[in-house]
Amino acid sequence: MFPAPFEYYAPKTLQEALSLLAQHGENAKVLAGGQSLVPLMKLRLSTPAVIIDLNGIAELRYIREEGNYVAIGAMARHYDLETSDLLKRLCPILPECASHIGDVQVRNRGTIGGSLAHADPAADYPAAVLACEGEIKVVDTDGKERVIKATDFFVDLFTTALQPNEIITEIRIPAFAPKTGSAYLKMEQLASGYALCGVAAIVSLDDSVIQDVRVGITGVAPKAYRATGVENALKGQAFNPKTIEQASELAADGINPLEDIHADAEYRAHLAKVLTKRALLKAIERAKV
Amino acid sequence: MPKLVGQSFKRVEDPRLITGEGQYVDDIQLPRMCYAAILRSPYPHARIKNIDTSKAEKREGVVAVITGKDILGKINPLPCAARPVPELKMPTHYALAVNKVYFVGHPIAVVVAEDRYIARDALDLIEVDYEPLPPVADPEQALRSDAPIIHEDLGTNLAFEWKIEGGDVDAAFAQAEVVVKQEFVNQRLIPVPMEPRCVVAQWDAGKQILTLWTSTQIPHLVRSLISGMLNLPETHLRVIAPDVGGGFGQKLQVYVEEALMGYLAMKLDRPVKWTETRRENFMASIHGRDQVGVMELALKRDGTILGLRYDVIADMGAYYQLLTPAIPTLTGLMLCGSYKIPAVRMTKKAVFTNKMSTDAYRGAGRPEATFLLERMMDLAAKELGIDPAEIRRKNFIQPDEFPYTTPHGITYDSGNYEAALNRALELAEYSRWRKEQEEARKQGRYIGIGISSYVEICGMGPSKAMPAGGWESATVRIEPSGKVVVLTGAHPHGQGEETSFTQIVVEELGVNPEDVMVIHGDTEAVQYGIGIFGSRGLAVGGTAVYMAAQKVKEKARKVAAFLLGVEENEVEQVDGNFISKSDPSKSVTLLQVANAAYDPKNYPTDMEPGLVATAFYEPSNFTFPSGTHVCVCEVDIETGEVKILKYVAVDDCGKVVNPMLVEGQIIGGIVQAFGQAMMERCFYDENGQLITGELTDYPIPKAHNSPKITVERIETPSPVNPLGAKGVGEAGTIGATPAFINAVCDALEPLGVKHIDMPLTPANVWKAIKQAKGS
Repeated sequence: MFPAPFEYYAPKTLQEALSLLAQHGENAKVLAGGQSLVPLMKLRLSTPAVIIDLNGIAELRYIREEGNYVAIGAMARHYDLETSDLLKRLCPILPECASHIGDVQVRNRGTIGGSLAHADPAADYPAAVLACEGEIKVVDTDGKERVIKATDFFVDLFTTALQPNEIITEIRIPAFAPKTGSAYLKMEQLASGYALCGVAAIVSLDDSVIQDVRVGITGVAPKAYRATGVENALKGQAFNPKTIEQASELAADGINPLEDIHADAEYRAHLAKVLTKRALLKAIERAKV
Repeated sequence: MPKLVGQSFKRVEDPRLITGEGQYVDDIQLPRMCYAAILRSPYPHARIKNIDTSKAEKREGVVAVITGKDILGKINPLPCAARPVPELKMPTHYALAVNKVYFVGHPIAVVVAEDRYIARDALDLIEVDYEPLPPVADPEQALRSDAPIIHEDLGTNLAFEWKIEGGDVDAAFAQAEVVVKQEFVNQRLIPVPMEPRCVVAQWDAGKQILTLWTSTQIPHLVRSLISGMLNLPETHLRVIAPDVGGGFGQKLQVYVEEALMGYLAMKLDRPVKWTETRRENFMASIHGRDQVGVMELALKRDGTILGLRYDVIADMGAYYQLLTPAIPTLTGLMLCGSYKIPAVRMTKKAVFTNKMSTDAYRGAGRPEATFLLERMMDLAAKELGIDPAEIRRKNFIQPDEFPYTTPHGITYDSGNYEAALNRALELAEYSRWRKEQEEARKQGRYIGIGISSYVEICGMGPSKAMPAGGWESATVRIEPSGKVVVLTGAHPHGQGEETSFTQIVVEELGVNPEDVMVIHGDTEAVQYGIGIFGSRGLAVGGTAVYMAAQKVKEKARKVAAFLLGVEENEVEQVDGNFISKSDPSKSVTLLQVANAAYDPKNYPTDMEPGLVATAFYEPSNFTFPSGTHVCVCEVDIETGEVKILKYVAVDDCGKVVNPMLVEGQIIGGIVQAFGQAMMERCFYDENGQLITGELTDYPIPKAHNSPKITVERIETPSPVNPLGAKGVGEAGTIGATPAFINAVCDALEPLGVKHIDMPLTPANVWKAIKQAKGS
């Protein structure tokens, strides 16, 4: 459990971090909470020559309301999200989702920016960020900023739209519309605690008509995805458990599910359907309150 | 003074362990120490054509590199202590691979360097030219005629065949009104102690003494075997096991790394440390279980068992470790469980595969036996339409039938099986749950109740039945100040014997607990001993302490009689004082006795000075703890998730010295069984690669997903030892697995599920439901 030699930098500002990234280019790896990168380095599955540690950059750790969305600094810890009153009020699915990640120690250290950049196909956040229609703000070594929609951000297994010369600075989550309920449900892989399947559902009701519905699913496919088939089947429909059940059958449509020793493709696809149904029902129950 | 035996006296070990002041092997730092890293095979089966260590040797900071060829004739092969049959095939187990590698993780070379990082870096500089060979991963495949032969010199993958039989099994099956048959897998498990293995070796070139600190359960046996491997006189090897962070049998071992570090420390004349990584622990420290077999039970329609047979293949792995061949034989000894089964037979084929060795993992052979038989009892109950509690009652050995000898010659010491069953059913509210189950089924919910009534064999054991001595030793020494030192050969590794042995000594000598110091785990300080495994710490080690305390007390009484000027039988011991029965105003304290014994100016002329006694206790039999566990669960049939609603354990481990320690052992044991039942499987793929190579892929129970457990006891003293103790270290693990599986299978009975192989992960449960529905 001894990593290969590497150079280590601990910048105090984002500007400093970007200069270091410019200087070291593809030899460098940016370290956020370290909950994935450090184990990979210890096993020597990852051997970066240079580490740029963002943990000393205070300006990247915040959660604040900005207009109609919540802005979350990339270095906000899972614990910060889990316990944020602002998020609980404006987009409660994120604290709920964060509470499912790892254990107390992991949540105390891991960050939302790090998790999204790593793009583990079984990570929890991608499902919720997709369902929230969140956006990821990044900046490159020239100081140029861009905002990427969550749907465009996740490209493939451990692959995102983030360029090697970019750092995530902020995650933007639109505030929930009125009469909106949400739920995040997950079946854990027993050893790692990652999701065999995690479903984030957000439903907006008008009387008992489903005005808007968004479902994000993680753990099932090489990347987290929106279950658009389910969403389309439900939008504008009057709520009724049978309709939800039927629509949830579409949760793994067009998906080529992952397969490993913990669960085969069939079980993952099945979980996607069952957890989608359950998450939707729970979200609707919450929307009614 | 209040009596201490029988009290939940707080652990004397805890203050140092809780405050981080415990000392584990990796905490040991020595001047000029260097660090070892081990190159291990990525192949399960390959020929080594060449090893080039030149680049690694040139790396700055590298002190030495050794390979298998370098140590041929210098380190003797690792011995195995168990030989259940004379014709057993014995592979030669060199400390490092010489011509072939036999499993993923097989050690090939050792690098010693100035620090751990350099040592690790240098491993990548060693070039090994392998010729991969087809691996044998599956034990059934290993026996096929076209299977590659692992040990070419042995000419076969069949390690040995073994059979145990009692009664007329064929007649029993001929007379049977019903035969129940089921194939069972007792899957391979990884023990996962919190502290991996660690070895520090230091050579004193002046005195020619090698000191080996190692995280082990058996320091004296390590000394005997490693001194043999290194051609050192036993007196020139000192083995120290300081605090040990869990063993579970994985450290009831002698490992090649212990010999390698000892050799390197002598060769380099520098201290060497090796600390196992978790991945190494998973690849190259022993695994447990791994039996695939078919069991058949012959019964009468009324549920009376007539006979039992079990035909099994046991996977040894590539080599034997200390006790590998003996473990599945323990399954055979306990196949009759708590029942009067008049005829029993087990036939076993033990095979080599390209995997790490299996060996003793908490329960060692007995969890397998309990699992098989208790699953069969439920299958039989369902087949015959008898309540599972009733079929057990019907066949139980009765309290007045002890000592009870099974048809294959195992004599159970004592027990009261029905009392434990009745109490467990009462605590679990069995009849209420049966009603609840019925109601739930109407609503499409699936509740199940599982019972396991177990008996196990422990307190190991009579030396005649043990590979390397089954006795235990203790010295009780009263110092001139009246303080007491206990030297025990039963070196505990987390169980808490520093506490329970203190309680015994306090009870016998009437001293204060803080005046007792229990010393263990150092072969230079402590007389030869065996160690702790097979739930023997209290029943055997504790008895030795009790006997030594008795001996020292006898001497103290003699000295006291002299000091009081009365006959010896006139002396009564009250708390720590010796009092004249005829004149209670005359008394001497233990301290006065100790003073006299060490400064014998006023002292009997026919007595030796000093106040020390050593006892070696040889048990006349094993002990047989028992009990009944009841599990109530609900299965979510949509996801396959199992929720444990209630778990009740009523155990009988004989007389108890410390109920708190017993409760801890039972709960810990049940949680470990829960791991086997619901989560764990050490998985090698068909290419012989270890897929569950890290804790991210090998699940173990955690606080948040472990069941809540209600624990109670009944107490049937063992007649085997004066403490009446039976042992409890493994009982939870032995008794619990079938309770979980029986509960789940009971829940799913309406869906047609008969049996599900462990572990019952949601995925596996869901698959079983789906298959049952489909068929």
